[in-house]
Amino acid sequence: MEAIYGLPVIGLFFQLIAYLFEAIPNNGAIILGLAAPIALGALCGIMNERSGVVNIGIEGMMLSAAFAGFVAAGFSEPYLPQFEIELFSITAPLLVGVLAAILTAMALSLLHAWLSITIRADQIISGTIINIAALGLTGYLNRLVVSPNPRVGAGTFSSFSVPREVSEFPVIGWIIDMFFDQGPIGMSVIFLVIVLQILLFRSRWGLRTRAVGEHPKAADTVGIDVIRLRYRNVIIGGIFAGLAGAFLTLEATSSFQNGMTSGRGFIALAAVIFGRWTPIGALGAALLFTAAGAVGRAVSIRPPTDELAQLGQLLEGVPNEFYQALPYVITIVVLAGVVGRSIAPAAIGQPYEKETKAA
Amino acid sequence: MTDTDGTVQRELEQDPAGPVAAAPQARIPPPRPRSLGARILQVSAVPVAAVLLAFLVGSVFILVSTLFTDREFDLFLPWTAYTSLLFGAFGGLNPIVDTMVAAAPLILGGLALGLGFKAGLFNIGAQGQFLMGGLGAAAVGASVASLPTPIAIAAAVLAGAAVGALYGFIPGMLKALTGAHEVVTTIMLNFIAAAIIAYLVAGPLGAEGFAFARTGPVGNAALPDLPGTRNLNLGVLLALLAVPIVWWILSRSTFGFEIRTVGANPNAARYAGMRPALVIMTTMAACGLLAGLAGVIEILGVTGFINTSYGTSVGFDSISVALLGRAHPVGILFAAILFGAMRAGAPEMQLDAGIPVEIIDVLQAIILLFLAADILVRRLLRIRVARAGVDELQTVTRSYGEQAAP
Repeated sequence: MEAIYGLPVIGLFFQLIAYLFEAIPNNGAIILGLAAPIALGALCGIMNERSGVVNIGIEGMMLSAAFAGFVAAGFSEPYLPQFEIELFSITAPLLVGVLAAILTAMALSLLHAWLSITIRADQIISGTIINIAALGLTGYLNRLVVSPNPRVGAGTFSSFSVPREVSEFPVIGWIIDMFFDQGPIGMSVIFLVIVLQILLFRSRWGLRTRAVGEHPKAADTVGIDVIRLRYRNVIIGGIFAGLAGAFLTLEATSSFQNGMTSGRGFIALAAVIFGRWTPIGALGAALLFTAAGAVGRAVSIRPPTDELAQLGQLLEGVPNEFYQALPYVITIVVLAGVVGRSIAPAAIGQPYEKETKAA
Repeated sequence: MTDTDGTVQRELEQDPAGPVAAAPQARIPPPRPRSLGARILQVSAVPVAAVLLAFLVGSVFILVSTLFTDREFDLFLPWTAYTSLLFGAFGGLNPIVDTMVAAAPLILGGLALGLGFKAGLFNIGAQGQFLMGGLGAAAVGASVASLPTPIAIAAAVLAGAAVGALYGFIPGMLKALTGAHEVVTTIMLNFIAAAIIAYLVAGPLGAEGFAFARTGPVGNAALPDLPGTRNLNLGVLLALLAVPIVWWILSRSTFGFEIRTVGANPNAARYAGMRPALVIMTTMAACGLLAGLAGVIEILGVTGFINTSYGTSVGFDSISVALLGRAHPVGILFAAILFGAMRAGAPEMQLDAGIPVEIIDVLQAIILLFLAADILVRRLLRIRVARAGVDELQTVTRSYGEQAAP
């Protein structure tokens, strides 16, 4: 190997590959932890877009859910029974927080459904309003409620620790470790993705949802209630956005900052497109978008040494901001390269109106 | 997909008089009043009502928020808050100057959004273009600081505008050539802009001898105050001048005609011999230029430098301004002054009534909500007025699921 690594330029490329092979398995759990909110947001996007509704308000739903979850958990703590389940260190306030987060995102989804399905307002404007309202309201309430009580907070869920024998299992050990060395919400991602994938392509509900997203008029003709199904799917989609928000303030960190979603809701939209509107594809896209960020973090913690020293010297010169911007850059590059070949549900963005006698 | 009947149908169904009464005249939009005053009333009724209703709903927020603070419950608190907001924005010469200085970048940012809307583009990236324009102006301004004033200003302003235009051109090119929708790409570019600034200002563009990382003083490139005023800098004049210029481009020039045609229907534009891809790219560059200029006047006229974590609300405010102004330059001017007044008066309100300045963001969201649900407002007004929406947005939303224009 050392002979190859010694080659000019190409050698560096091989060193990088070798480093990624080392770094990615070691950071699997971190990568999934970064990808989880994006994957959950993408599931919300899939629920919406598969039924023909554009939802660019996922970012705002996540942010509001993150805030509501944090506040509900923190302020309910003194009034709730004290118990702690060892697994995930589940406590009553944390459960209340998750519930509040989900309900908040569902309420915002209801608003989005009402605006875009009933009122037939422009769907992109509706989503934009949710984003602006979420940023404004959480900022306002954060100043009003959280800032005067800096010690409020209910902690976080803890990760499940995978037994050493399993995580050190050759080849697939790190993959198991990646998906299961997680808190409850992070661990649920893989299950939710698989369940939604099966439901969407193997169930009656899935067929109907896809029909409504592709050709609502035809779906209406065979007796599917387009309006009702769209409402239901948009609101259920809110559950995923709520979980994504809860993940941010109850599992990944135990604090809330204004605008802490920092574009994850929009990266989720790109993950939906790159994953071709399938849950598994979206999870893959989310992992791809965040792997770069995780590798960047790995470089700063433990830069490549020994055989890979040459690469290490090179990476040392790369500024930290580069790694911060990398997920956004990759999102753009992927989106630009993939959109022409990726076909959206045909009725996306169009409000449906039943034909009436007057027309 | 391309039928325009859908919009007419929508008008029909949302008509307050009900489908039966309206059926015979359904395909005729509300009659175009002859006098200018009546026309202004027709287009501005819903936006003005939305603003007033938002303040009404906002007063409920203010009352509820007293539950969380030490203040005693006071039914007249909203009144106190709004009067001090008004006083802080317009009560005297200095507040009015502050309002105009706060409104100036919003005018330019609103125009950047409005111009995009007319071409069927939703430029959420005004934030990033603002930051990049400001960075360009700060960097060039610092390096020409000792040149004669006119040359220094011209160099810094042009540099910022060019950087902003380039930063707007990128998502335009991506949309035109690959179909990547600008709503996602421009948001990503906003975060990338913040990272670029954090890197460049801490590194290559940073100045020596300051307690924190920032660009050097802009010296002669700073925008001077207008003769006979204090703090009312040249940037405000620049922003006000942009209004008639953009209006002229949109409604009187060939380029403006192409923009509006592409915005109304890209396919029809193609059949008419226009090149939508080219129009999209140039429009996005023009949007970037305007948003970049907003950053330029903020940096050269107000702050004088940019630091690593420079934050601003101009990006999102501009979206609200353009929607409230119905993407029309004159409407944008008034909407920008409204939001500028709210931003300028908010500190006074926080002082007098103890309401956090963030209430402005809440009010802004409620205004937008009423604009989107304009059918409610029109029912409330019980008059036949034009829809509050921006018509070209249909093209924006439709293009979300569409492939690249060849």
